[in-house]
Amino acid sequence: MSSLTHKDTPPADGYVTEDGRTIGGVMMEMKHITLRFGGVVAIQDISFDIREGEIRAIIGPNGAGKSSMLNVMSGFYVPSEGEVWFRGRKRPPMKPFQVAQQGLARTFQNIALFKGMSTLDNIMTGRVTLMKTGLLSQAIWWGKAQHEESEHREKVEEIIDFLEIQAIRKTPVGRLPYGLQKRVELGRALAAEPKLLLLDEPMAGMNVEEKEDMSRFILDVNDEFGTTIALIEHDMGVVMDLSDRVVVMDYGKKIGDGTPDEVRNNKAVIDAYLGVAHD
Amino acid sequence: MLYREAGDFKASYVEDSQTFPIKFDRMGYYVTLAIAFGIIPFIINDYWANAVVVPFLIYAIASIGLNILTGYAGQVSLGTGGFMAVGAFACYKLMTAFPDINIIFLILISGGITAAVGMAFGLPSLRIKGFYLAVATLAAQFFLVWLFNKVPWFYNYSASGQISAPERTVFSIPVTGPHTEAWAKYLICLIFVFALAWIARNLTRGSTGRKWMAIRDMDIAAEIIGVNPLRAKLSAFAISSFFVGVAGALFFAVYLGAAEVGEAFGTQKSFLVLFMIIIGGLGSIFGSFAGAAFMVLLPVLLKNLLVGGLGWPTDLAANFEVLTVGALIIIFLIAEPHGIAQLWRTAKEKLRLWPFPH
Repeated sequence: MSSLTHKDTPPADGYVTEDGRTIGGVMMEMKHITLRFGGVVAIQDISFDIREGEIRAIIGPNGAGKSSMLNVMSGFYVPSEGEVWFRGRKRPPMKPFQVAQQGLARTFQNIALFKGMSTLDNIMTGRVTLMKTGLLSQAIWWGKAQHEESEHREKVEEIIDFLEIQAIRKTPVGRLPYGLQKRVELGRALAAEPKLLLLDEPMAGMNVEEKEDMSRFILDVNDEFGTTIALIEHDMGVVMDLSDRVVVMDYGKKIGDGTPDEVRNNKAVIDAYLGVAHD
Repeated sequence: MLYREAGDFKASYVEDSQTFPIKFDRMGYYVTLAIAFGIIPFIINDYWANAVVVPFLIYAIASIGLNILTGYAGQVSLGTGGFMAVGAFACYKLMTAFPDINIIFLILISGGITAAVGMAFGLPSLRIKGFYLAVATLAAQFFLVWLFNKVPWFYNYSASGQISAPERTVFSIPVTGPHTEAWAKYLICLIFVFALAWIARNLTRGSTGRKWMAIRDMDIAAEIIGVNPLRAKLSAFAISSFFVGVAGALFFAVYLGAAEVGEAFGTQKSFLVLFMIIIGGLGSIFGSFAGAAFMVLLPVLLKNLLVGGLGWPTDLAANFEVLTVGALIIIFLIAEPHGIAQLWRTAKEKLRLWPFPH
């Protein structure tokens, strides 16, 4: 398979990227999504797909509807029109926690950690969809519940090692600096062992070093855990470096879709970002 | 012996997540248990049991229950008195309907019935939060007290409208009724406190507790990472009400012996238990005990001091007591919103470094 250079959609059975990563078939497909709030159209007839193993970016100016799109993907909003297909099946209307159980995790633009809990507990909470003991065995604790707790603790410790946050394991997250909170939030999302990870501006408000750290974690997550990632980001340098393909939105519409290079040279995208001369 | 964690290495996750990770605390816990079970039953007298220890133990159960709901799951409730009444009346009806069944089972079943009622009144929590939920639970409080007042079936058509506990025994030792001895009252309450506190601790340290706290801290994020808000909130209501129901049953059957619903389980009771968890510490099992001890001991202490020591008239002392409690609650809310439990934690942090704080 050749690397992706052509302008139309990549081959259905996957392709190999320039840096040698294998991208599989379609994991999530958004088909003609429209989202209205009363008279306001937040998203208008947008379709795109996310391939297995891919890092997919959604960019656009402020108010373009990116976060709304992410909320549709994570099940927080139900689209007014259109279909969401996830892993070969059309998603029926369901609650956000059911979407999470299907193997989709996300982080938030404004950190949404559980402030009263420690780093460890926050990340452990990420595994709620995987912990199965009932109320009764938890009340008794000895045996099943304790065993399960230790088992999951081991996985969580792997994530803590991976994100290099061993030292703040037992610190309440409310006390942590912003950059570390972002990292803990990524950890909480990773703890669910998601098939698809949605990141809403993972680098907002970070300095260059923190951005570099975060970029490294995102690439490693994709590479080591094989997690498919969709991210919203404003830092163009980061987006162009990290992502395999980019969707560009403006005023609720899709104005571009393709590899970073294609998007960079897209007339509509340049106009949206730099403005266009009116004569 | 200094209060230190040095040299106390944890080699497994089980050891790392134990309730008392520091050896000194662990010893303290075992010593407390030994005194509570091994020494106090032999020395306790009627005055101490009725004035201090038994109400403390029963309120400890109620405040653990409310703390699960309000402190851990973040759902404010002003219906504690009403739910205690459900436990008490369920226990009364069961005691009179099934005289042969052991009282311990009846108290547990009363807790179960209260859990069901609590879940029903917890349903609005799925739609409303904060103050509005508090008002909804206050409605539960008024409704339940009204119900037990107005429907004679609940008090077995007794002329006074009161319920009074018949004598029931455990291992042929009376634990309810007028012939109960102080140590028997104490011991049965202690056993319930011990078992229920242990269960509360287990639930709050495991995945159930994390779900509750996730809902408390950020409900939307909790739902998006996979917490079912309906189940988390209702389970909090159910378990909290179970605890409160058991407390109500013990309060009526073991402590009071006879009760009139408006007097024993009125709105005041709801606020009393709420003050206990606020002063003791929201989201802490230890805080529930501390708050209960504080609110039970304070009036006794003030009364002994003012009436016994200084010779004040009783009514003046009673009013002064109300003033003191009110002032203390305001002071706590401003100075230490996390209550006695937080003071305790801070003291322990300091103690770990003492005498070389730098």
